[in-house]
Amino acid sequence: MSLLELHNVSMIYGSVKALQGIDLTVEKGEWLALMGPSGSGKTTLMNIIGCMDKASTGSIVLDGVDFTDVTAGNLTMLRRDKIGLVFQQFHLIPYLTAVENLMVAQYYHSMPDEQEALIALERVGLKERARHLPSQLSGGEQQRVCIARALINYPMLILADEPTGNLDETNAKIVLEFFQQLHREGHTIIMVTHDPKVAELAERCIVLEHGRIANRKDRRIVCREEEVS
Amino acid sequence: MFWEMLKGALVRQSRKMFMVALTIALGVSLTTAMLNVMLDVGDKVNRELKAYGANITVIPRAASVLRDVYGIEASSGKTGQYLQEADVGKLKTIFWANNIVAFSPLLETKATVGSDDITVVGTWFNRPLELPTGEVVETGIKELKSWWTVEGNWINDADIKGAMVGSTLARKLNLQIGDSVEIVLPGGSQREALTVQGIFNSGGAEDDQIFVTLPFVQQGLNLPGKIGKIEVSAITTPENDLARKAAHDPKSLSLKEWETWYCTAYVSSIAYQIEEAVGDSRAKPVRQVAESEGTILQKTQLLMLLITGLSLAGSALGISNLLMANIMERSREFGLLKALGATDRDVLLLTLTEIMTTGLVGGIAGYFLGLGFAQIIGHNVFGTAVAINAMVIPWVIISVILITLVGSLPAMRMLLSLRPAAVLHGR
Ligand SMILES: Nc1ncnc2c1ncn2[C@@H]1O[C@H](COP(=O)(O)OP(=O)(O)OP(=O)(O)O)[C@@H](O)[C@H]1O
Ligand SMILES: [Mg+2]
Repeated sequence: MSLLELHNVSMIYGSVKALQGIDLTVEKGEWLALMGPSGSGKTTLMNIIGCMDKASTGSIVLDGVDFTDVTAGNLTMLRRDKIGLVFQQFHLIPYLTAVENLMVAQYYHSMPDEQEALIALERVGLKERARHLPSQLSGGEQQRVCIARALINYPMLILADEPTGNLDETNAKIVLEFFQQLHREGHTIIMVTHDPKVAELAERCIVLEHGRIANRKDRRIVCREEEVS
Repeated sequence: MFWEMLKGALVRQSRKMFMVALTIALGVSLTTAMLNVMLDVGDKVNRELKAYGANITVIPRAASVLRDVYGIEASSGKTGQYLQEADVGKLKTIFWANNIVAFSPLLETKATVGSDDITVVGTWFNRPLELPTGEVVETGIKELKSWWTVEGNWINDADIKGAMVGSTLARKLNLQIGDSVEIVLPGGSQREALTVQGIFNSGGAEDDQIFVTLPFVQQGLNLPGKIGKIEVSAITTPENDLARKAAHDPKSLSLKEWETWYCTAYVSSIAYQIEEAVGDSRAKPVRQVAESEGTILQKTQLLMLLITGLSLAGSALGISNLLMANIMERSREFGLLKALGATDRDVLLLTLTEIMTTGLVGGIAGYFLGLGFAQIIGHNVFGTAVAINAMVIPWVIISVILITLVGSLPAMRMLLSLRPAAVLHGR
């Protein structure tokens, strides 16, 4: 059984058809790159998979749970239990230290555990900065805290929407190396990116265009074209 | 973790929360000040209004008949009817004794100074009076005519040769403090030299008169223990239909009405009780003053209540703006909490606790600030301290909760409608 199955998912904002008839299957342990021009619906799709939004139509099954018809409250619970989120902007709570930011995620999931939070920070190489506020960390360091937070509750699926979009090359490299390590450990990752080099690290690449998945042949072309450009 | 988050939010953004606390403190301080003043103001305003003079005059029954029938203002000297000085203390034995704030017996006579005819009034200035209950009260015209401005001194009641001269008369006779003035009482037999201890300005008819101790006039007229009238200042309840009906004729009331009337501090019921207590007397309300006192008091209190309400509404509005801005600024933070699995309830609980803690700090600060304001108001407006009333505290607590809750309502609504997907992607 696949980890994630989308059937005929559409998202309509008023007159804007952000997504139309998306069919997508993601296997456990897979690293999927999601590409496509701006406005093609990548973030919209990530929000739907990440239980942040409800699709207008279509069915979504995650880990055997069909959450097509669940309530908003249950969506929150699903997200909390199964999904780790990384955003393009580094969203941290400004008045909490790095380790406290991790503990917030633990708190809303189950129980804060400082020891575990410190270990998670160590994994992203920030053990020494555990007691620092986000404003005292560089962008790359903040993003690493965000990734540590996304992993802290052992999610089934990691969703990263342009995680390196706001980072310079060096920091992007550190973050990507970390994602590669996660992939090797068997985590399932869906990552939105504009950078073909990043997409290349993934096992599979799909391209969105005008809210649809471009067909297999086109996709090869686009991926390669984007690689070239 | 909840407390760590709360602590972080409060301590690390204390400047913003300080503004909220300050707004709450201002609203609460006004409430505290106004409520304290309001609860104390009845007394204060009445003391102020007493400045307009006595609101009940007690005269001998015979003199009152002359006045009612012939319309002449009978000076007690002519009618030959007097009240007993010994009865004055009985005023303080009536049911409404506590409402009688000041009183003084008076005995008037004509006299001459040089070639001028003048009025000499014998009275108590500030005399301790032992009541039948054993309690001692100080009373006299110093209390009763508290609005007089006096140059020099009030006379001591033991100083039989002392006199206080009205400012108009003093100018006419060219009298200064310390001067001696020779008075000839009726009959021409008596010639007394008095020392001017003080010159007063009352703004009324008394400015043409000389005030001396009561024994001086009693001895001069050979009327020991007699007085012409008593002026009484009492705190009263505004008149209503029942009071008017009773004032017209107390006997026309039904038993129940009579009881209500008797046990309410209407000027007419106080006057009625004075008549019962002081033998052969007639107690007349000086109605206009008595009525306006009650009304002014009510209006003052209403005004203060309105100001209190408005200041509360104002600070609720201020808080609501500040919180709205605060929540808006932090929308990403709350969106993030929701994305991390916080339910609406979690987020509301966190922010409400944050706001309530701030409200508590602001409320306590505001309460003490308000006590200070109350004293400032008391000293500037009434010239005395305002009593601190513990009854205010529950009202302050209720108002803190109310303004913070009402003030945070719009922000809470916004929090609930916050969609993490929208704020986290910067839309
Ligand atoms: N809440 C919304 N209301 C209305 N339209 C929306 C909303 N969210 C997204 N859209 C529209 O849906 C379309 C897809 O948006 P989306 O954010 O998914 O694009 P994207 O592929 O992530 O673009 P980018 O690469 O710039 O991030 C866009 O045309 C956008 O304007
Ligand atoms: Mg996007």
